[in-house]
Amino acid sequence: MEARSESHPAGELPAGRMPVWALGLIPLALIAVALAAFAGLGAPGLGERRGPPVEELAVERTVLEPGRFVLTVRNDGPDAVEVAQVAVNDGYVPFTATDRRLGRLASEKLTVPYDWVEGEAYEIVLLTSTGAAITHAVDAAVETPDSDLGFFGLMALLGLYVGVIPVTLGMLWLPFVRRIGAAGLRILMAVTIGLLAFLALDATLEGLEVVAEGSQAFGGAALVLLGAGASFLAMAAVEAVMDARRERARAAGAGGLHLATLVAVGIGLHNLGEGLAIGSAYAVGALALGAFLVIGFAIHNTTEGLAIIAPVAARPPGLARLIALGLVAGAPAILGAWIGAAAFNASLAAFLLGAGAGAIVAVIRQLVPTIRDGEGRALHPASIAGIAAGVAVLYVTGLLVSV
Amino acid sequence: MEKISRRKLLRGGAVAAASLPVLHEVVPHRRVHGQDALAAEPAPGDPGAGHGTAHGGPEGHASAFPRDRRVDHARNGFDPTEILRDFDYGRTRRLRGGRVLREWTLIADDKRIEVAPGVKFDAWAYNGRVPGPTLRCREGELLRIHFVNGSRHPHTIHFHGIHPALMDGMPGVGEGAGGGVIRAGERFTYEFDAAPFGMHHYHCHSAPLAPHIAKGLYGAFIVDPKQGRAEADELVMVMNGFDTNFDRSNEIYAVNSIPFHYQDDPIEVKRDELVRIYLLNILEFDQINSFHVHGNFFHYFPTGTSLEPAEFTDTIVQAQGQRGILELRFPYPGKFMFHAHKTEFAELGWLGFFEVRD
Repeated sequence: MEARSESHPAGELPAGRMPVWALGLIPLALIAVALAAFAGLGAPGLGERRGPPVEELAVERTVLEPGRFVLTVRNDGPDAVEVAQVAVNDGYVPFTATDRRLGRLASEKLTVPYDWVEGEAYEIVLLTSTGAAITHAVDAAVETPDSDLGFFGLMALLGLYVGVIPVTLGMLWLPFVRRIGAAGLRILMAVTIGLLAFLALDATLEGLEVVAEGSQAFGGAALVLLGAGASFLAMAAVEAVMDARRERARAAGAGGLHLATLVAVGIGLHNLGEGLAIGSAYAVGALALGAFLVIGFAIHNTTEGLAIIAPVAARPPGLARLIALGLVAGAPAILGAWIGAAAFNASLAAFLLGAGAGAIVAVIRQLVPTIRDGEGRALHPASIAGIAAGVAVLYVTGLLVSV
Repeated sequence: MEKISRRKLLRGGAVAAASLPVLHEVVPHRRVHGQDALAAEPAPGDPGAGHGTAHGGPEGHASAFPRDRRVDHARNGFDPTEILRDFDYGRTRRLRGGRVLREWTLIADDKRIEVAPGVKFDAWAYNGRVPGPTLRCREGELLRIHFVNGSRHPHTIHFHGIHPALMDGMPGVGEGAGGGVIRAGERFTYEFDAAPFGMHHYHCHSAPLAPHIAKGLYGAFIVDPKQGRAEADELVMVMNGFDTNFDRSNEIYAVNSIPFHYQDDPIEVKRDELVRIYLLNILEFDQINSFHVHGNFFHYFPTGTSLEPAEFTDTIVQAQGQRGILELRFPYPGKFMFHAHKTEFAELGWLGFFEVRD
């Protein structure tokens, strides 16, 4: 009996001692052969599809240069699409493209010469070979900024203003937080959770909004959820690694730093999304760079600094580490602004925004133990009030930048 | 992409846009005024900047379509340049008593045609062409039009003229006598007197009416006056368009079907020679159409039913189904544009040139 059970896994079956990997591969190989035969025989039994081709094109990027529009279009639909003619504001124009025929998921640049006037609206119609008209609107024509050094500098400055500086300023609450005691700290952590919950919701909605307007070919709204899931798992992996070192770290009094780092990473991902929105808005001329924008974001993001230092209130790390935390949370805004302005892509943006939301949810999961009271309850009157306050603060400061 | 999220946020930013000079200064604004930039630095690959025709588009070449492609007229089975001077006089014989009997055969069919370079359109056509053949006869003759419906849809031929109800090509009228709507595969012979003289037309009158016209079932029908008209270089122009995406408005406008055709292949006429244009507006979905010629005036004969011109002008307007005859001479050589003076139609294809030669 015992001998039998031991030898069984090794393959006592008479069929002949195949290695396990081969048993795994055989069905795959058979599936491949069957599908190849099916395709090779021209899908026996099934006729051609009835009805005309399904033509879908998404304009992923619009660049305005003096005397021309440059559209990057992607074939969103199941069939090939040929862009036969292009009209701007009810007039045909001689456009150029390297290949007018776009296969599934293929992308192509259309150069459309047109003497556009700054500030005016344009409707660009792509007429396909079947006569379908795909309409793209340019709400207000503004020359797309060159991606030169000055432009990257400007985006960096913008990221600094709305990301790094406010977050770092928010961290100046550290001395105050140190003196408010254990109960006060619990409330503050609850406020942090409220702040983060708002940011997660905000990023998710933002992602859904962005992706709704772009190409659906890569999954559309699912990208936001995939991004969230992926980053949540990634954060969990990071936590697992950190947990292994935690005992040592706790001995050195750095347990709070671990949490603070996670919070900073989560907020950093969120600010990446914020930078994306700012950069892409700037690129299409929809963004007025002004004091109001910066002040609004500063107030909004200062509270994020508070969230980072709350976990390290008991044992604050050195100045260098604090600055590093501030950069982790704030600097992604710069990166986001660069990506958003120079290579905005709705699918990528949606994925990144989803990633921000997922990371934040992972962080909230880590923070929950810090708000437990003496009886081990996470939701007690003080923490509930704190969470509500956190949500309210971001909601209200958010109004400042969304009036 | 043009509608980024956070739109509201950004509008908020605009309120106090000017109040932070620091950021404003570093914005790369050196080419903020598109117009100046255009004047200063022509776009690369734009050798013709500054010359070329007024209507030639920013790159100043002939067609508003990409220059590397043209409609394949051979495959379409008709060429707008040939349609211009192609008058179908049918087959004739003398009846007892000396009267002329004139007969044509018109076959309706479903046909895919190229209505702009690269754009295919599933048309319905008489005798394989859009517009259908220009039927021409003389006042007082007896006309027989043998209609064969080779299409998969029911059609008719409804002539503008004076005729009995059975010959009206109208669904619901005359089915008992084999007329009315003519179903797929069936045939009918329309018979009536050629009256009155003038510039008329024919089209399908099946329901729903709009698509039966818009898809191409129409043509010019000319009844010459008994005494004839002065010798002239005669041209037929049918102002039409195509709704390629079924939104009940036209994507393409043209005269004789192919947009910008007479821009790429100007109509050659002789200096000082009388030019007579038989002009029909059959455009569906838009209320009016118009005709304007550059550098010249013409005598206009509405519906062609009078031998005295009603007007001496350079622009006329026609609603759908209206038509008339234009007579003019070009005193100067060179290229003269003609186009719809509804400029939207012109830029969507309804424009062309006369090339006047000595």
